[in-house]
Amino acid sequence: MTDSSLAETLNISKSGLWKNNVALVQLLGLCPLLAVTGTVINGLGLGIATLMTLVFSNSIVSLIRPWLKSEIRIPVFVLIIASIVTTIELIMNAWFHDLYLVLGIFIPLIVTNCSIIARAEAYASKNNIVNSALDGFMMGLGFTLVLVVLGGMRELIGFGTLFANAQLMFGSMGESMTITFSENYPGFLLAVLPPGAFIGLGLLIAVKNIIDKRQSAKQPVIIANADPVVS
Amino acid sequence: MAILFTYKKNILITTSLLMLFSVIGAAMVGLTFTQTADDIKHNEKLTLLRQLNTIIPAEAYDNDLLLDTKTIKPSPLLGTSEASLVYRARKDTQNVAVIFSSIAPNGYNGPIELLVGVYTNGRLAGVRVIKHRETPGLGDAVSITHSDWILGFNDKSLSNPDEKHWKVKRDGGIFDQFTGATITPRAVVSAVHDALLYFDKNQAILFSNKPGAINHSDNLGKTVKPKQPNSNSQPDQKNHDR
Repeated sequence: MTDSSLAETLNISKSGLWKNNVALVQLLGLCPLLAVTGTVINGLGLGIATLMTLVFSNSIVSLIRPWLKSEIRIPVFVLIIASIVTTIELIMNAWFHDLYLVLGIFIPLIVTNCSIIARAEAYASKNNIVNSALDGFMMGLGFTLVLVVLGGMRELIGFGTLFANAQLMFGSMGESMTITFSENYPGFLLAVLPPGAFIGLGLLIAVKNIIDKRQSAKQPVIIANADPVVS
Repeated sequence: MAILFTYKKNILITTSLLMLFSVIGAAMVGLTFTQTADDIKHNEKLTLLRQLNTIIPAEAYDNDLLLDTKTIKPSPLLGTSEASLVYRARKDTQNVAVIFSSIAPNGYNGPIELLVGVYTNGRLAGVRVIKHRETPGLGDAVSITHSDWILGFNDKSLSNPDEKHWKVKRDGGIFDQFTGATITPRAVVSAVHDALLYFDKNQAILFSNKPGAINHSDNLGKTVKPKQPNSNSQPDQKNHDR
């Protein structure tokens, strides 16, 4: 029992963080992903908001799963997700007001992040609450990591800084977190603009695919079983 | 009949289930809303005050800027099409400055919203862009988050520089344009100049404290006689909260 649950935990983690990553593999929620990753802090802020939404929505969906009728499950999911996102939006407005102002419309737009309803439907409505919450957490963490890495790439290339505006999230402590690499960095506009986000995401996906390929080359037997189409 | 009954019963259960979830969701949102409403209001006030204080430093006045407001009519000089709010700063019941919004209608990608602060002597306390859609990396340098350009308006007035030089350099004025972006600074310069003209014409009205016309005054239609800003009705003095 413990063995199988441990295996499941590992499986969920691996799936959320890498194998089935929301942003890199499922390619869901790209609109906020591309729009807010101008800086690390923006990416982190939206990532954490999405992560919280995923954990709560997965937990609640899993909790009510015995009473859920299949014909109304989609409206119920939408209701649950919308309520959670609105709650998170209000809380961010109250506690992280400056970050809230920066992220703006993209917080309520978490509702439209397909990955959340996809996890509710595909995982939480079929599994127990512990695993569902873990699944939400790992999927959210995978998404957050991509947001942070992409935000870091764009901020570094676009502005020559890292963790700019960290005080939005960490208060006065964050002001000393900003790393400026060159005072006279002219800035690279392409990285800041939306095309930079697309190019950055494309590079990240490419890197992931390269790593996957390297790994599968090390284990030829497994890949042969998993993917018989490859000749 | 029996089938119809179960069918109906099914619908009933499903509907009430859906309703139950709606009620729970609404209750959750409602509860959070009431719990956070005060904090949010406080935050919004602080954010606004912080923005106003970057134009007129907090030491320069001693009244409550956010309460000592007045609604002014739309004006072509301000580029406004709706009534807008003016914040009045006073110290020891003496008028110090006003901050009002102005819209530059001819930005590169649409209107640019400004906050303009003017001292009683017609000198600019400062200008800030609060909303714009200018090109990132080019026109957005008018925003304080991207460059210090907007600070170039500090201490300028209608006579400094004179009328002829209230333009960007390319048009023979004294204000810098940006490489690759002249339209945006040109729009802002002309909007600030118009805002100063507006202040020049309406200073008495902006500061006037007609009884009952302090907060969101309703005297929009009436002509307000220019009069000495009187000092006896200072409702803000007793309204300091926090």
